[in-house]
This record gives sequence, structure tokens and C-alpha cells, in this order.
Amino acid sequence: MSEQAWKDFNGGCWETEMNVRDFIQTNYTPYEGGGEFLASATERTNSLMKKLNHLLELEREFGGVLDVDTRTVSSVKSYRPGYLDKEREIIVGLQTDRPLRRGVNPFGGLRMTREACEAYGYKLSEEVEKEFKYRTTHNDGVFRAYTDEIRAARHCGIITGLPDAYGRGRIIGDYRRVALYGIDRLIEEKKKDKAQIGTQIMDADHIRQLEELYQQITFLGYLKEMAALYGFDISKPATNGREAVQWLYFGYLGAIKEQNGAAMSLGRVSTFLDIYFERDLKNGILTEQQVQEIFDDFVMKLRMARHLRTPEYNELFAGDPMWITESVGGMGGDGRTLVTKSSFRMLHTLYNLGSAAEPNLTVLWSNKLPESFKRFAAKVSCDTDAIQFENDDVMRPKFGDDYGIACCVSAMRLGKDMQFFGARANLAKLLLMSLNGGRDEKSARQVAPARTPYQGDILEYDKVVEGMAFYRDWLAKTYVSAMNIIHYMHDKYAYEKTQMALHDTDVHRFMAFGVAGLSVLADSLSAIKHAKVKCIRDESGLIKDFETIGEYPAYGNDDDRVDSIAQEQVKLFFEALKKHPTYRNAEHTLSILTITSNVVYGKKTGATPDGRKAGEPFAPGANPMHNREKNGALASLNSVAKLSYDICKDGISNTFSIVPQALGHTDEERHKNLVSILNGYFLQNAHHINVNVLNRETLIEAYEHPDRYPNLTIRVSGYAVNFHKLSKEQQREVISRTFHEAM
Amino acid sequence: MKGRVHSFQSLGAVDGPGLRFIVFLQGCTLRCAYCHNPDTWSPAGAEYTVDEVVEKILRCKPYFAENGGVTVSGGEPLMQWAFVSELFRRLHCEGIHTALDTAGIGDPEGARSVLLHTDLVLCDLKFSNEEDYLRYCRGNMDTVLRFLKQTENLKVPLWIRHVVVPGLTDGTEPILKIAELAARFSNLQRLELLPFRKLCVSKYQAMGLPFPLSDYGECTDAEIQELYRIIENHLPEKAESFCFPNRAYKFNS
Repeated sequence: MSEQAWKDFNGGCWETEMNVRDFIQTNYTPYEGGGEFLASATERTNSLMKKLNHLLELEREFGGVLDVDTRTVSSVKSYRPGYLDKEREIIVGLQTDRPLRRGVNPFGGLRMTREACEAYGYKLSEEVEKEFKYRTTHNDGVFRAYTDEIRAARHCGIITGLPDAYGRGRIIGDYRRVALYGIDRLIEEKKKDKAQIGTQIMDADHIRQLEELYQQITFLGYLKEMAALYGFDISKPATNGREAVQWLYFGYLGAIKEQNGAAMSLGRVSTFLDIYFERDLKNGILTEQQVQEIFDDFVMKLRMARHLRTPEYNELFAGDPMWITESVGGMGGDGRTLVTKSSFRMLHTLYNLGSAAEPNLTVLWSNKLPESFKRFAAKVSCDTDAIQFENDDVMRPKFGDDYGIACCVSAMRLGKDMQFFGARANLAKLLLMSLNGGRDEKSARQVAPARTPYQGDILEYDKVVEGMAFYRDWLAKTYVSAMNIIHYMHDKYAYEKTQMALHDTDVHRFMAFGVAGLSVLADSLSAIKHAKVKCIRDESGLIKDFETIGEYPAYGNDDDRVDSIAQEQVKLFFEALKKHPTYRNAEHTLSILTITSNVVYGKKTGATPDGRKAGEPFAPGANPMHNREKNGALASLNSVAKLSYDICKDGISNTFSIVPQALGHTDEERHKNLVSILNGYFLQNAHHINVNVLNRETLIEAYEHPDRYPNLTIRVSGYAVNFHKLSKEQQREVISRTFHEAM
Repeated sequence: MKGRVHSFQSLGAVDGPGLRFIVFLQGCTLRCAYCHNPDTWSPAGAEYTVDEVVEKILRCKPYFAENGGVTVSGGEPLMQWAFVSELFRRLHCEGIHTALDTAGIGDPEGARSVLLHTDLVLCDLKFSNEEDYLRYCRGNMDTVLRFLKQTENLKVPLWIRHVVVPGLTDGTEPILKIAELAARFSNLQRLELLPFRKLCVSKYQAMGLPFPLSDYGECTDAEIQELYRIIENHLPEKAESFCFPNRAYKFNS
């Protein structure tokens, strides 16, 4: 069946088992050269991009949403085919029947969908309301089971951003399987798995798995039908590069039609696709120009992906992100680089189509990457501010050489691992709640079990830390319980059948916990330890404010006196989480990532002993607090690099902004220096960095005159975003963040 | 041995080649009209031992790559020559490239002990004549020229830097004179023209001092490029040694 499709490919165990990695390893061509071979955008690409830019402009003018189809429930085959330009598109397929029109997806929660429609001047149709009247959504399920304690913790913001009213996302289907094997083969394998499980005793786990497999098989069939609407038969493997992209994209498209998960990442497709393109180039079927054109068209499609969100959601995850993360580069286990010409082509789309936030291009950095690729990636970063870097040398030992990044920083073996996404707990608030004997410092409500509040006026380190231990355990238990409920219900009412069909049946699960406010907590404890912190109480005895007398070492200056506090607090919280069993025996992991929720977290948190005022934003992710870095950027990077990736296996996000003049005199110098920064940072086992090379003045000007910088892309915690899609408040927060400008 | 430190800047990319850790030392006897760091004039500052400073620097060693390292600046680092000499000696033991960012003033014996452990000198040549040196810097030009000669004798690679203040130092004649002076030194690798900026005004305000050049305008990149062109035309045989920051230039260290 696959003779034509697999012609000229080296055989291997990938032929008999689902093993994309083996296919890549036995067939790919590492590329150690530079970007000289790259082709510029064709006239066709430019003209389609012009059309798309026009639509994007309209979308902006319409307040962020161009159009909503309120009558159709989004699913794999619920829309007629849609096109940007039917005659001239190379890769086809839209989420709905028209470009940038958003669908409604009430499986996560009906109220959320209703409110999202209303926020943009639409009304959810009677049909959909009726259809979901007798249907339980994920959100319904979760709130049926939530305890009072979880509700209170969620309400006061000590746990925030939980995926209890929207799709959890952060699952990466191995979309490459669609191209390599074709749908029929995938169905066949899943049927075998189902038969195999049928031989076991029918306990709850097996019954659930059987039902899931039934759904996976059904939706694989739907994928075929969806492709057929566009005139393609994807039951068999792709036979050339263009088909490989198209097949893979259909897989992805099915996933984003079916699911509105927060992050719908793509995986690691460039080097996989390169194998097909190398074959086509060798056989004279395509020219370099045509290959690039296919990549450009593919990326254009990805840039049109949209979900309908509520304003509250946008407050947490600003800028309409999809996190269509594509991981590029990295090294193979055998020492060969996984960089191919298509790694360059993927990054080159940022020049051919202009800079943009999506797809979320992520370079997997290794010190062993070819120098030419390092230099190219640094150039792309300086020119576009649109890519992020993650350390392949710390991830490869844990995840092998065929992992991808979901969302911002979450590594997972493609087709083998999935995660239960779990937002984050607010560690700064944990400190305040401990001091106040379980009361919320903002509302004065008793949230956690009551204990004697902190006695005395001056905070003593040992006593404070001791008090935290009890509430940390409480928080961990509450948090794990909330997560278990959420993911139980998500599996039950909004299971990701398309994406899970593109995983091994026996999948490994992570439960991804997170923390926010780490730098605030570390600095607060440092202030308590090294300076003098006085409590200020209100009439009811609630500690509402602090007076900090004297200097204290602040996180972000490569000072072990405080950096060790940050390290310790992360470890303690992770250990507390691990005490509690998880749903489906998922492996506990932890991230230090806030996305843009650091603003909301700050709002929900009272004044802290580090001198931060009530309501002020936290630093994003693992970043030090702004204006507390006194020793320049590398010292700041060194502080972050000390946080252990062994503990925070779900990622440690750091955002770095520098004015171009501080990075070197010439472009060439800047690229070289950025390479040195990345090498030095990652050599110390740091995990992730966003790089922005731009002037604060530019941001201020863009803030005041949005029209002058319509496509300004910047990196925020873990993803790129169009500056204008941030709220004014978030824009101000980004501007106030430390810009390294030593000159 | 202890040094009086103003501050540390772990990421310097414009004071010497590659990525550099910059140590700003306290104390300077000059009073240059365009001084960027009036807060370093006083000799008083936080004290650090050589060990402490080396320890901080070693934390950034992974970033130095093949051509980065440490630059000691100030203030005038030669005022604390014994400390700098010992610091550079230690850094050489660690295989770290050392650069001295100086105005070239101070005790020649002290300077010599520093230069023995210095891989690169960045020396400001502020004016092209005695009178201006005295008037705008309260310095002695002879001392500076003597220091430059010393670097030549000891064969320490040299970058000469010159701040261009529109209306004060940007005339063709003085610029060419600076270039000619610089070109005399056989160890010269670069001549860098630095545009006058007024980012430092807030420091003067905070210290309650008047900024002597408040009436002068900032220098643009275009002006700098134009001056490079003039120098290049005037001294074509030396062009390779001059730095043209916004063009591709040959770097020959």
C-alpha cells in the first residue's frame, strides 16, 4: 500500500510500528551550512499575505474578533470548507467556513461560550443553547464536584487560571503520523490496541480506555471525511512534500476544530517534513522556491487559527494566543544535529511573511548546534523578536530527541507523553495567608484552616518559614484535589479524541502544576532575613502592609543569599505536591511560568514584605522583579539559571529585554553576542529564554501611537504576542519591566 | 587587598570586544565636562577584596566565549592601580581576557604594573591640545601621551576612544588631529568615536551638580559616520585600524 509513498526512504522499524522518530533518524539529512540557500517570498505568497493582512487589520478594527459563527458547534466536520483564496492556496483548510471567523465550542463550558459571544456583540444561537441544555459540559462537571475550600482558594486567587471552564490544551497530537502512515493505518493500529485491552479484566481504567479508543477511532474517521470535503483522501500516506504538509495540517486542523484548549501546539514538524522535501528536490519535483512557498503557505494557515475567548480569559492569557508551538533544531541522541534546511525554512517564514506571534517558533538550543544555525537563529531573534530559545541539552536527557514543546515551556515526547495542564498557585499569597492564619489579606475571609496568626511586630525568618509549612501543605492538597477533579471531568466531558488518537494508546501522563510570584516570595523572605520588616495591621488584626527597613539582597543579582531561598521554596512546594496522588497516576511536574497572568496575580495579592505595594504586578515567570537587578543582565540570568530543571521539569520561563545598542555596535556583533549569551546561559543548565531586542522608547511610542507599529511583535512570558493585543495595563507592565541598557 | 567599587555590570557589549563583565571603580581626579559617571568621582565606595571580585566574574565566565572578558572602568581605574594589577593578574591565571578602560592619568610605575597584566587598553583621548584638556577636563595632556607611549613600549594592544560633542569637539581639524595623534602609536588597533549623549543628566541633578554641557546637543550616528569618512580619506593607509561601528569592519585582534 505504501510503496509509492515510501519509495526511496530507508526502511526501519518505523514501517512495522508507529515510530516517527525512527523514520526521522533513518532518513533525515542534517544541515550544517548557513541560510544562503533560502528563497524569498513569491509573488503569489505576497499577494495572499496582503489579503490576509487586510483581514487582520479588519479584525483589529472590529475589536479583536472579525466574525463569529454562533449557530454551529465547532467540531471536526461541522463546517463547509473555507478558503483564503481557493484558486491560489497551496495548503488548504480553515477552522470554519471563512477566514478568521471563529466557531463556538461549548464543550468546555456553556456560560463561557455565551459570555464570549456577548463580549463581541454576538448572541449564542438558540440552536446551540438548546443542544447544550441537556448536556453536561466540562465546566458543569467540575463545579458539581468542587469543594467549598477549592472554590474559596480559587476565588481569592491563591490558585488561578485553572482550566475548569475552557479546554485544557497542552496536548500535542503527533500530527506527523497522519502524513507518514495515513489514517487507515492509524485506525488499524488503534483497533488492535482496543482488541488487546479487551482481553483484560474490565476494571474502571480499562473501561474508560475502551471508550476513549472508540472515540479516537471514530474521530480518525471524521478526519478523513473532513479532508474529503477539501477534496483530499488522507486514508493513505502522503506521497510527496506538499501532501505531507497538507496531511499533517489536516491532523492539526481537526484538533483545533474539535478542541479549544488554551495551548494547541504543533510539535516538531520541520525536520520530519524535510525528509519529504529532500526527496522531492532530489527527484526534481520541486525547486527551493516551491519548497519555501509551501512552508510560507502552511504558516499562513497557522496564523489564521483562532479561538473565541472571554475578556476574563484574555486578562490571564493576553493577545489571543494559540501557542501553535513548533520546536526547531536540537540535537539527536547519536550526536548528529537535528537541524535541517527546513529548520531554516521554518524560521525564514518570519521574513517572507513578516514578523508575527504565531506559530510560536521555539529553537531548541544545544551548545553543539552548528554555529551557522546558532548565528542564523540569533539574527532572526534580533530582527523579529518572535522566537524563543529552550535548552535541548537539559531536555534531551529527560525526553529523548523527539520531544516537542507544548504551550511555552512544557516538553513532552511526541505521541508518547501528554499532560494535564494546571495553571498555577500564588506563592506570594501563600506567605501572606500564612502570616494571617489562613485569612485572605484582601477580603479578610477565612480561606484556609484557621491558625494563630503571626504574633509580634517584627517578622522573624524562622518563625515565618515555620508558619508557611502548614499552609504550604494545605495549598498543595487543595491544588492537587482541584486538578484531579478538573482532569477527571475533562476526560469525561471534553476528551481530546483527535489528539489522543495521534498518541500511543499507552500514553504517559504528566500533571503540570505551576507557581507564580516566586521572585516576590524570594525577595520577601530575603527582606525578612537580611533587613528588618515590620508588620502593619488593620483594626481587625489582619496584616495588610509592611515597613521594610534597610537593604536586602534581591533575586536577580546572582547572590546566593537570596537565590538559595528561591531554590528552596520551589523544592519545598514541589515536595508538598508530590505527597498527594494524582488522577490517572500522572507524574507530578512543576513550572515557573505565568504567561501574562502575573498582572492579575499581582492584582489579587496584598502588599508584600519585599516592598511591593498591594495590587502591583508580579514579575512574569521566573523573572526577577523589575528594577531590583543591580548587576546587569548576566547576573540576572545567572540567578534564574540556578532554579533546578530537575524539579521544574515543566519549564522555567525567563523573559529578557535589551536595547540593541547594549548588545553591540553592529548587527554582526549583536548576533555574535546574543549567541554568547545563549551559550553561557544554557551551559549553566538554564531552561528557557525569551529575547526582545528593542528600545523602551519604541514600546512607549507604540503604546501611544498604535497605528505606527501595527505588527510590533514582542516576547512575553513564554510566547510571542502582537503588542497591540495586550491590554493597556499589560502594555504598561511590559514597558516598566527591566530593560538591560548598560552602555 | 581591597578595591573601592562603584558597581558591577555583568553584561557589557560596547567596552571592548565580545561580552564583558565591567567593574566600575570609584575615584577620578579629572572633571571632564561630558563625564557620564559623576557618581564615580569620589574615592569613597563599597570595598571588595580581589577574591570577591574574581568570584563574581567567574560566575560570568561561561558567557565570555572566545573574545569576551573583563573590562575595568571607572572612575579612573589607575587611581587604584595596585588593586587592578592584582585583579588582572588573577584573571590571567583564570585565562580571562583583561581590558583597562582609562583616561591614561596617574602614576607611571603603577600604570606599568597594571599593563603587565592587561590584554587591551581602551584609552580616552579627550582633546587634541593642552589648553582644552586643562579647560574641559582639568587634566594634563602630557601625562596621557606618556601613558600611551608606555602601552606602546609594552606592546599592549590599544583602542583609542574619543567623545564627539557637537559644537565642541566635532570640527574637522580637531578630529583629524586626534586621528593623527592616535595613528602614531604602533600598537593602535582601533580608533572609536563615541557620540556625546546626555543620559547622565539625571545623575547630575540627583547630586545637585550643574551639568557643564547642558547647552550642547547630542551627537547623531550620522555625524559619527561622517567623521569616520573624513578620517578615512585623510589617513587611508590606516583605515583598517579604525573602528566604524555601524559598518562592517575588520576586527584584527
